[in-house]
Amino acid sequence: MSPQPKLDQILSPTPNPTLLPTPSLSTATTLDFALRHAQARDAVHTTLALPSLLEALHARNLPTITVKSAAPDRATYLRQPNLGRTLSPTSAEALALSPLPPQPCLMSIVLADGLSALAIDRHAIPLLDALFPLLTAFTFAPIVIAEQARVAIGDPIGQTLHAALTLVLIGERPGLSSPDSLGAYLTWAPRPGRTDAERNCISNIRTQGLDYPTAAARIADLCTQARRLQLSGTAIKEMSPQTPAKTLL
Amino acid sequence: MSYAHTIGSVRFTFPTLADLLAKATPARSGDQLAGIAATSAQQRIAAQLALADLPLTTFLHHPLVPYESDEVTRLIFDTHNPTAFAPIASFTVGQLRDWLLSDHATPARLTALAPGVTPEMAAAVSKLMRLQDLVLAARKISVVTRFRTTVGLPGRLSTRLQPNHPTDDPASIAATILDGLLLGSGDAVIGINPVSDNPATVNTLLRLIDHARQRFAIPTQSCVLAHLTTQMQAMDHGAPLDLLFQSIGGTQATNTSFGVSLDLIDQAHQQARSLNRVPPTPDNPCPNILYFETGQGSSLSANAHHNIDQQTLEARAYAVARHFSPMLVNTVVGFIGPEYLYDGKQILRAALEDHFCGKLLGLPMGCDICYTNHAEADNDDLDTILTLLGTAGVNYIMGVPGGDDIMLNYQSTSFHDALYLRTLLHLRPAPEFEAWLQSPHPHQLSLPNLLT
Repeated sequence: MSPQPKLDQILSPTPNPTLLPTPSLSTATTLDFALRHAQARDAVHTTLALPSLLEALHARNLPTITVKSAAPDRATYLRQPNLGRTLSPTSAEALALSPLPPQPCLMSIVLADGLSALAIDRHAIPLLDALFPLLTAFTFAPIVIAEQARVAIGDPIGQTLHAALTLVLIGERPGLSSPDSLGAYLTWAPRPGRTDAERNCISNIRTQGLDYPTAAARIADLCTQARRLQLSGTAIKEMSPQTPAKTLL
Repeated sequence: MSYAHTIGSVRFTFPTLADLLAKATPARSGDQLAGIAATSAQQRIAAQLALADLPLTTFLHHPLVPYESDEVTRLIFDTHNPTAFAPIASFTVGQLRDWLLSDHATPARLTALAPGVTPEMAAAVSKLMRLQDLVLAARKISVVTRFRTTVGLPGRLSTRLQPNHPTDDPASIAATILDGLLLGSGDAVIGINPVSDNPATVNTLLRLIDHARQRFAIPTQSCVLAHLTTQMQAMDHGAPLDLLFQSIGGTQATNTSFGVSLDLIDQAHQQARSLNRVPPTPDNPCPNILYFETGQGSSLSANAHHNIDQQTLEARAYAVARHFSPMLVNTVVGFIGPEYLYDGKQILRAALEDHFCGKLLGLPMGCDICYTNHAEADNDDLDTILTLLGTAGVNYIMGVPGGDDIMLNYQSTSFHDALYLRTLLHLRPAPEFEAWLQSPHPHQLSLPNLLT
């Protein structure tokens, strides 16, 4: 909201005489904008806090695998989205060596930095804590932590791990008011070539957005429906209006 | 047919017209992503030198996308006006640039020329132009359109008031509309990007704007930027729709990916016209109704680019737009992200190219001067583009509270940015809106009055 006229003036039931004030924003407003832009910029370029993330997952007895996409650095990642959707050769090899016998209803959970590693650092663990108790019908592959990754990296990961479905938790494109927004993307029968229409998305998971219990309930509901229908995407209707994906991932 | 230029002992060849145009294009990440950009600085200039010597008539004999398989190509060729083209028919691309910058290219001659220029000619000549050339040539062209307000007159700058909200909350949207009106914004359109693309939401939001407009006698027009078919359904249910919106691109396949065709746009246009929201008068015999948005990179994003550079494809989108005599055309220049326009320099160039090409083709060009947080750009870049487009005579820009669109998560121009430009360049709002700002009506504005 613009600082002039003041919000309380706008909300006042009495007519407002203030018209066309000076064109320039105040120093405070200008610097506030600059600060929020700086936070969003830093969020784009921040890397995952791997040690604390791994420690938190291991403390919950959750096995992990760390992988990198084919994008060697952030500059390449931003210019060539396709590289962020594929595994680096080394990671693809390592993942293929992870021994996993075929299991029914195997779910692969991927924590991906996306465009905001901050979102994973802040929200992935509390969301998983809220989510696991709701997913008792599933078995789980080791949690994959993916760097320089986009949503579709869940496809080769899920395929390699023989997962029935993947859940990719990923940092969304930061806005000025939301540098740490987390998105959750569900894909049944993951394999490279899946389109966005074959996924379901829950967006805007963050402190001032969608809270953890609500997000977890929505994700669990989608997982259950995907399992029942053996598919994901536009054919699944969410229990409440779906948040549209405006993330351009 | 191939094209070539020799620099010293090196002969640079370009196997197709599309390749020549792509290699001649100033560097941008989208063409690099597509694998069609020049691979060296010298190759780029060699292509520009070859392009400068190319007769304009080449573009009338070599369609970039086959006529048989692409309705945008058919539109371009079938509507080309040879009489309007005649004054420049003997020119090369380079000679067209020189002429555009000369005193021979008067405003009246440029306006008369528009139906004779194809998008490919406009794109080609723009690739040989520096930023000052793009400013100077565009500045000579006025494209004036009219619904309730008259937009695009010389010495005027209008704005789209853009009161987007993450949950389409009517009270919050009304508060933003009030904020914008009090800061002199909204004379091009009050246009909302809805979160929910359904007829009921479109109807609700259009009624909100219409109520405010009637209650306070605001000379402006409404728009809710849902899909064309959603707006058609809303009209079926009696929605008070002023301007009809659609995103468009420069190939048939791009428009298919947007879920539209020329025929569908035509149907929707006729439906909107039948609402007779502004009855024709002798003064305004055929009110402009359409609002189109475009942006470099949309065709590649839809895998519908035919290995043509993104700037040429953008100009082809303008052929679609001008077929429908729109009220507003908006190039949303920095929204798509750094894989298409990497940084402030690339966004700036694209903004001025789009504005110039649109004006040369006869379109009422506005620009959403904007950037995302993963692009190498900030408000300094926004200010540069804003100031240059102001000097180039842009018809309108966006007005977003605080410059932060909290629904689409990107930064655009604020209400205050428009005031800056009006103050700096002595630009005034559309005449009808300017008169309203000086009337008693704005003093009666309040949020409760807007909502009830």
